[in-house]
Amino acid sequence: MEDTGTRIFLRIWAVLIMLFLFIPIFLIFLYAFNTSNIESWPIPGLTLKWFSATWNDDNVRSALLVSLEAGLLATAIALVLGSCAAFAIHRTRFFGREVVSLLFILPLALPGIITGIALNAFFSFNNITLSLATIVVGHTTFCIVVVYNNVLARLRRMQGSLIEAAMDLGANSVQVFRDVTLPLISTAVVAGAMLAFALSFDEVIVTTFTAGAQSTLPIWIFGQIRHGVLLPEVNVVVSFVILVTIIPVAVAARLTGGGAARVPAARS
Amino acid sequence: MTNAAKVPALKLEAVRKHFGHVAVVDGIDLLVERGEFFTLVGPSGSGKTTLLRLIAGFERPDSGRIELAGRDVTSIPPYQRETNTVFQDYALFPHMSVADNIGYGLRIKGVARQTRDKRVQNALDMVRLSGLGGRRPNQLSGGQRQRVALARAVVNEPEVLLLDEPLGALDLKLRQEMQIELKQIQKEVGITFVYVTHDQEEALTMSDRVAVMSSGRIQQIGTPVEVYEQPATEFVADFIGISNILLRDGVRFVVRPEKIRMLAEGEPADVGMTVEPGRVAQVVYAGMTTRYIVHLDRGEQLVAVRQNMDAQDNAQKFEGQPVRLAWTSDHTYVLGKGEVDSR
Repeated sequence: MEDTGTRIFLRIWAVLIMLFLFIPIFLIFLYAFNTSNIESWPIPGLTLKWFSATWNDDNVRSALLVSLEAGLLATAIALVLGSCAAFAIHRTRFFGREVVSLLFILPLALPGIITGIALNAFFSFNNITLSLATIVVGHTTFCIVVVYNNVLARLRRMQGSLIEAAMDLGANSVQVFRDVTLPLISTAVVAGAMLAFALSFDEVIVTTFTAGAQSTLPIWIFGQIRHGVLLPEVNVVVSFVILVTIIPVAVAARLTGGGAARVPAARS
Repeated sequence: MTNAAKVPALKLEAVRKHFGHVAVVDGIDLLVERGEFFTLVGPSGSGKTTLLRLIAGFERPDSGRIELAGRDVTSIPPYQRETNTVFQDYALFPHMSVADNIGYGLRIKGVARQTRDKRVQNALDMVRLSGLGGRRPNQLSGGQRQRVALARAVVNEPEVLLLDEPLGALDLKLRQEMQIELKQIQKEVGITFVYVTHDQEEALTMSDRVAVMSSGRIQQIGTPVEVYEQPATEFVADFIGISNILLRDGVRFVVRPEKIRMLAEGEPADVGMTVEPGRVAQVVYAGMTTRYIVHLDRGEQLVAVRQNMDAQDNAQKFEGQPVRLAWTSDHTYVLGKGEVDSR
């Protein structure tokens, strides 16, 4: 047991780190309610006017729509491909299985800029016009990984004899999947999907290289900050993106049993 | 129809199974009668669990034939076989209640809800878990889970019930209770049990017949009394009970420890008894009995067991003392004509 002095010191240290991490985010929330459009401290007063201004901004609206579409589509594709990949890797034994498993995870570990440039080169080489579809492809590359990881981890934790037990009691493979496998992996699938959506929703780098004329919310934010205009609206949008990202991550963490949700490497 | 009673519940013919180059099950022939409590006993790696998995259908034999109640099931998948298994790790579905676990087999077979509920209730009563049907498996103790696993299998009234070391995870006391209870349940329901264990005592306690297995082959099949009193091979003599094997006048034979008398100093042996002198090397107190490990003057080691009824407070004092061991030839069992003479 550490002595009291060490304990107090560690607590203070932990608090300081939390403050360091979260004060900037908290400030952005606060600035979203700032009456002045100049970001200075202390803020002169609180207002909700930027929220309605943002909501009525057509550019923000279309960016939100693109973000939602890209996120939902990429998540849907990742769900199918990621789950199938997890089942295949879990069920079968073949030479090079570990390598294949690593290749599945690689897109998330790879710097976004590499994925982005590679995809961009590929699309222009094949004369594919950058569009919503190419954004979806870009996002799917790393969304697959979180679904794959979550489902595979659950499958590995599942008692192998459960499937045999179901077969032993008369269930054919369809019934085994419906009654045993699916209910046991469902929370992992949902958690994977939520994380995938959260990742997609705040992605910048891959999107930069795969988007044509469209912009997603993060791309819009990036553009506004570069031009230094509409900063109060940026704060509103950033707050919104943070919430949309944090909530699914928190829910996913609960679904996977309180432990850290399976995002192997931080991104964006 | 009179024939039906004679069809064995389970029949194996020359069943073989290799994993890689290893013959895990190496040509097994077996007949198990209806309603029999049949045990496969052997050390780990003897192929007993693989044999059980072959019967259940989780593995396909490389060659040979498996019949259940006269029907060839060799290439039939597990979900179409009239067998049910009690798994070593119980394999209860964690997302279902105890009652749903037990009723799963009936549900799959399309048994009507009312009948199903009633049979699940009966099964719960049978394993003395009435009232716990609504619980989840993780809310039960190890012993209770074991009972649920048993009820889940028995409720389907299979042709043959397969049990894979079902008591292995329980502590000694609970295990001994369950041994008796399992045997009772088996008598009650009249289902054929094929039971796998590495515990020779468990095998002797519960079974109608025992098959002793080693390296994928059956060494001996017989009643518990037969395999204990008349072991067919040295392996069986060694595995079932304590090995007391001697070579005298070119004959190898077994003397079971409880049949050896330790003579007190000066005490004469009965007429016709063989007497051999030795020295007590170790005294092991085991509650009900005390074991004496004796080095015979002729070189071998024998174990003699004495009931602790005649209060051996200080049995330890025998350690290092000379002693004479005596037994009658009725109590020895000849293994062979000394073909394995190492000296």
